[in-house]
Amino acid sequence: MAAPLLSVRDLIVEFPTRRGTLRALDRVSFDIAEGEVLGMVGESGAGKSLTGAAIIGLLEPPGRIAGGEIWLRGERIDNLPREKMRRVRGRRIGMVFQDPLTSLNPLYTVAEQLIETIRTHMDLSEKEARARAVGLLDRVGIPAAARRIDDYPHHFSGGMRQRVVIALALAAEPELVIADEPTTALDVSVQAQIIDVLKEICAERGASVMLITHDMGVIAETADRVAVLYAGRLAEIGPVRDVIQAAEHPYTAGLMGSIPTLTQTAERLTQIPGSMPRLNAIPQGCAFNPRCPKVFERCYRDQPNLIARADGRHVSCWLYDAQEKEVSHG
Amino acid sequence: MADVLLSVEGLTRRFDVSKPWLNRVIEREERQFLTASENVSFEIKRGETFALVGESGSGKSTIAKMIVGLLEPSAGVIRFDGQQMDFASGAAMRTLRRRFQMIFQDPFASLNPRWRVEDIIAEPIRTFGLLRGAEISKEVGRLLDLVGLSAADGAKFPHEFSGGQRQRIAIARALSSKPEFIVCDEPTSALDVSVQAQILNLMRDLQDEFGLTYLLISHDLSVVRHMANRIGVLYLGRLVEVAESKRLFTDPQHPYTRMLLDAVPDLALSGRRRMPVTGEIPNPINPPSGCTFHPRCPKVMDICKASNPPDYPTSTGTAACHLLAPQEVASTGR
Amino acid sequence: MSDIFKKPEPGRFARAWDSDIAYSFRKSPLAIVAATVSLLIILAAIFAPWIAPHDPFNPATLNLMDGFTPPMEPNQFTGNTYWLGTDNQGRDVFSTILYGARISLFVGFMAVAFAMVLGITLGLIAGYRGGWVDSLLMRVADVQLTFPSILLALLIFGVARGFIPPAYREAMAIWVLIVAIGLSEWVQYARVVRGATMVEKSKEYVQAARVIGAHPAKILVRHILPNVMGPVLVIATIGLALAIIAEATLSFLGVGVPSTQPSLGTLIRIGQGFLFSGEWWILLFPSLTLLALALSVNLLGDWLRDALNPRLR
Repeated sequence: MAAPLLSVRDLIVEFPTRRGTLRALDRVSFDIAEGEVLGMVGESGAGKSLTGAAIIGLLEPPGRIAGGEIWLRGERIDNLPREKMRRVRGRRIGMVFQDPLTSLNPLYTVAEQLIETIRTHMDLSEKEARARAVGLLDRVGIPAAARRIDDYPHHFSGGMRQRVVIALALAAEPELVIADEPTTALDVSVQAQIIDVLKEICAERGASVMLITHDMGVIAETADRVAVLYAGRLAEIGPVRDVIQAAEHPYTAGLMGSIPTLTQTAERLTQIPGSMPRLNAIPQGCAFNPRCPKVFERCYRDQPNLIARADGRHVSCWLYDAQEKEVSHG
Repeated sequence: MADVLLSVEGLTRRFDVSKPWLNRVIEREERQFLTASENVSFEIKRGETFALVGESGSGKSTIAKMIVGLLEPSAGVIRFDGQQMDFASGAAMRTLRRRFQMIFQDPFASLNPRWRVEDIIAEPIRTFGLLRGAEISKEVGRLLDLVGLSAADGAKFPHEFSGGQRQRIAIARALSSKPEFIVCDEPTSALDVSVQAQILNLMRDLQDEFGLTYLLISHDLSVVRHMANRIGVLYLGRLVEVAESKRLFTDPQHPYTRMLLDAVPDLALSGRRRMPVTGEIPNPINPPSGCTFHPRCPKVMDICKASNPPDYPTSTGTAACHLLAPQEVASTGR
Repeated sequence: MSDIFKKPEPGRFARAWDSDIAYSFRKSPLAIVAATVSLLIILAAIFAPWIAPHDPFNPATLNLMDGFTPPMEPNQFTGNTYWLGTDNQGRDVFSTILYGARISLFVGFMAVAFAMVLGITLGLIAGYRGGWVDSLLMRVADVQLTFPSILLALLIFGVARGFIPPAYREAMAIWVLIVAIGLSEWVQYARVVRGATMVEKSKEYVQAARVIGAHPAKILVRHILPNVMGPVLVIATIGLALAIIAEATLSFLGVGVPSTQPSLGTLIRIGQGFLFSGEWWILLFPSLTLLALALSVNLLGDWLRDALNPRLR
């Protein structure tokens, strides 16, 4: 396999509080290949948005990267000075957030914001930048783009605004787009359109996508591979179809069973008992051990690492440890 | 079994969204009204789960609020167990009120942060004077146990619980007046999926145990499919289709229902062919003429722009679409 | 933030000590100094009859020969020494300050209590009922805000005196003052409570109470009131400083409490007459006390606002 576009290695994010340090991400490692869409799922508080924020260097203080490395196409970016990191953001990594209103400045027209972004990162004249901006808006599906470009963000509906944000994220031809819950604030019928636009436009420009969402359905529709986070730790990572249809980690399996679908007819949903632990109360060993149906003695003792499985899958669960297999067979 | 517990007839609610008087005079604007619900009629049978599904602006929450008396209808009649609901008459409503309850969307806002859990759950008991003294705390303990918490949790405050646990507390409160009918307004949309499954299962268990009747309000088709016996689909304040759950998902009659189904991400990766979704929900203040769905409808005809379709009978319910009109009517429209 | 930390049930005091607000207090030296100063002055005022070396209001104990004694110096006729000197009538300045602070604080607290009760009640009603009730109350508040509050207090004071028979004026003066200051300050409470009520009433816990048909008065008092008290507490603290200053201003202008029962403001008015004849201490010490009191209470209010702010849901 070719060198990955983004490589995150043993990322640790901590929040110092007056009652001790909370570890919000614990040794998270994953790669995103060129042109790949990586889905990142997890429940609220699992650390998925935090992972995105750490990559683009926008962790809210007092949160800080306490360990690990982030590499973007062979260049280490987690320790860049603020000024340099700003140039990476926008130019090389584009961002789409849940609420389009937070990423658009209500005081400037869409044209002003797009042109400014384009000219900050690319050597273009005002006129060229404007033409490019109109082309982008047209591409993301805004009708009459040449006229509407001079409107203010509040003139657009929620779905149209999110299209503008996607155009803005892609304005400087980034290599990677981080989309954090891009459709959560939207209605289902609009969500489907936005997902399609995001997927198509990134594919045609060769940009990789890190899609952060709590919605497995969106991941299933969009992503090539999926990473499942639980309590700040990576539970499982692998190709979407494999993970959805044959989850290996007991948490992923439970999660998949708990989602009602349009085709199943089960009377009761599978449910995982309890809820995800708070950051100050993560149990020793595997974080999932109090809720796991297949828990055994070792899970209370040691924290599992990612174990490589067939077909590029990884799972952090002692059930899949070679050594354990031998023990249980013997 | 098939008797009707709740019926709604011609339920309409308009909101005055006009600018203040002075602005209207200066800017020469007309008064503006938003029709959140227009002429909505349906019946809920005892013991069933009836779901109202729709996107934002469909009026599903407005209808729920009118049914429990949080909003006054502009027109229409609500009957509960044959009695017409009149929220203005305090004494007559008191006995009726005990028989229905509501579960809200946001478990972080639906519990008073300054109250202990035991007082929150006991509030309906005290308001209706159902029990007194030590019996109350015994009943609260029983209810907590029923929803999967422990009696000792009663002494705590809401902030000490997770979202799913809070929703359990809200359910315990709803059950405390021993109601027959519960309006569930997006009961799981603020929760994570694994917790959602716990709450949905709990709601089903309670329904089986107490013979409860639910009105489920949701935007999530898969939740609705899992929970409901019959479903009403709302679009811009109008009920466009009512059908039995299985039928609605296998054979949707209204083009909007079809579009909604096609928009749901396919978790099963079945690769079923789907029609791309087009357009957005129009501004409800100036809805399109005729059938409000016509600008987005792939099967639009001339008549759709001119007249609002009536409810035509379908195999298990009704659908408001000109396509379903008896042949001669449709041909005059062309 | 506090809810992600769970510990086995600690006692009530331990919980309070461990709360975020107590922590923020312990971490703020300014708040500690301000609280200490306010508390010292308040305690000294409460226990004035036991602390004060002299009773400045008992003519029998006063000696006119002691008049104009400078601080820390023996009087040239009687040889008595006073820490902070004496005024023209030979009253011990330190004692008059203690008694004066007593009056000032009494008026301040009572005026704030009056403004609070009035403002909270009207604010709750305006916010919950909305419609024309809200419009009417808020327009009254708007009109009142166009007048400087001291002018309004003067007006109320003047009108009230017109209604009270002369024989009772002296005795009633302090109550008239309390009502006048309270009436000029209620608007702030009403506005804040109205806004917070409008936010709270749309929350689902209020809707849940309405679904079961709970009485509006019960909803207001038991559900909404406890949830709007946070910001009220902040305004009340800053309002106390304002009320004390308002009282001092009115008394300085000579329309406040009678000079037989001088407040800090009255003492300052008396003192300013002697400033240019060299008896500076009669003015300076009451002024410094007023400054310390108003400043420390104000700082406390500022800190409270900052400390409560992130928790205002």
